[in-house]
Amino acid sequence: MLLGIIPFGVITGVAMVASGIPPLAAMLMSVFVFAGASMVASAQLLASSAPALLIVLTTLVINLRFMMYSASLRLHFADAPLRQRLAVAYLTADNVYGLMLSRFSDHPDDPGKFDYFLGAGLVVWAAWQAAVLAGVLIGAGVPAEWRLEFAAPLAFIAMTIPLLRDRAMVAAAVAAGAVIAVSSDIPLKLNIVLAAAVGIAAGLFCEKKK
Amino acid sequence: MTLWLILLGMALVTFALRAAFLLLPPGVELPAFFRRALRYVPAAVLTAIWAPEVLVQNEQLPAGAVAIAVAWRWRTTFATIIAGLLALHLFAWLM
Repeated sequence: MLLGIIPFGVITGVAMVASGIPPLAAMLMSVFVFAGASMVASAQLLASSAPALLIVLTTLVINLRFMMYSASLRLHFADAPLRQRLAVAYLTADNVYGLMLSRFSDHPDDPGKFDYFLGAGLVVWAAWQAAVLAGVLIGAGVPAEWRLEFAAPLAFIAMTIPLLRDRAMVAAAVAAGAVIAVSSDIPLKLNIVLAAAVGIAAGLFCEKKK
Repeated sequence: MTLWLILLGMALVTFALRAAFLLLPPGVELPAFFRRALRYVPAAVLTAIWAPEVLVQNEQLPAGAVAIAVAWRWRTTFATIIAGLLALHLFAWLM
């Protein structure tokens, strides 16, 4: 699993520095935001001098999935002390959430949930920060002809494909991709918001017809 | 200055999303429609991010197709990235 986080983290670090974010700000963003996909997208938007509000809005849309995770994690941590719930919230990442589900969704009464989540979360967190730091330090040192920037969309492909388990999910992804393909003239990446909305609508529509 | 505001905004928005249901009182639930809609957010948003980089009339298109096939078959990020990058260079050399 760490094999996936590490290259993605390195790419995120490289992408942030390449878009002109100073190394210190890039590391602070990595610690305080701790959400790779939104950081790569923000870096691209910053490089095209998009307004601050749009960058935050794009972050909101990209990270909406964390809200879904929090609704699901509540089933496991509703009775935990506030301190533990805050730690769970901060450490929630796609793979940590995935590990938690695969371990506890069939055994919701097993003890040690918080320790398991904390352990998995801290390992992922440390590996991620080390990878981003490596990317920030390498920064401009990567030869342009390696075309490492293409690794960012590849990482997103790797995250998307396993989600496509039913027809409605496929419809959501295909519709979003189709909208993006024909709406590149819309300024400032607002087409991401449009594509997300159409994709969600397509998913709901296909689900209803089942 | 703007960069720091963006950083702060991104951090607040992201933490609020992560903490939302862990902090709300137990009785508060998402409306069913909203919960159903939320299921499609990751697939739609992630595709909207990578599709513009892949739907390009050059070697990025076949390289993206290779990456999708590898992701479908093996479901590992690492294999997908390596296969996609190798395919990118291979098709650039061929085309």
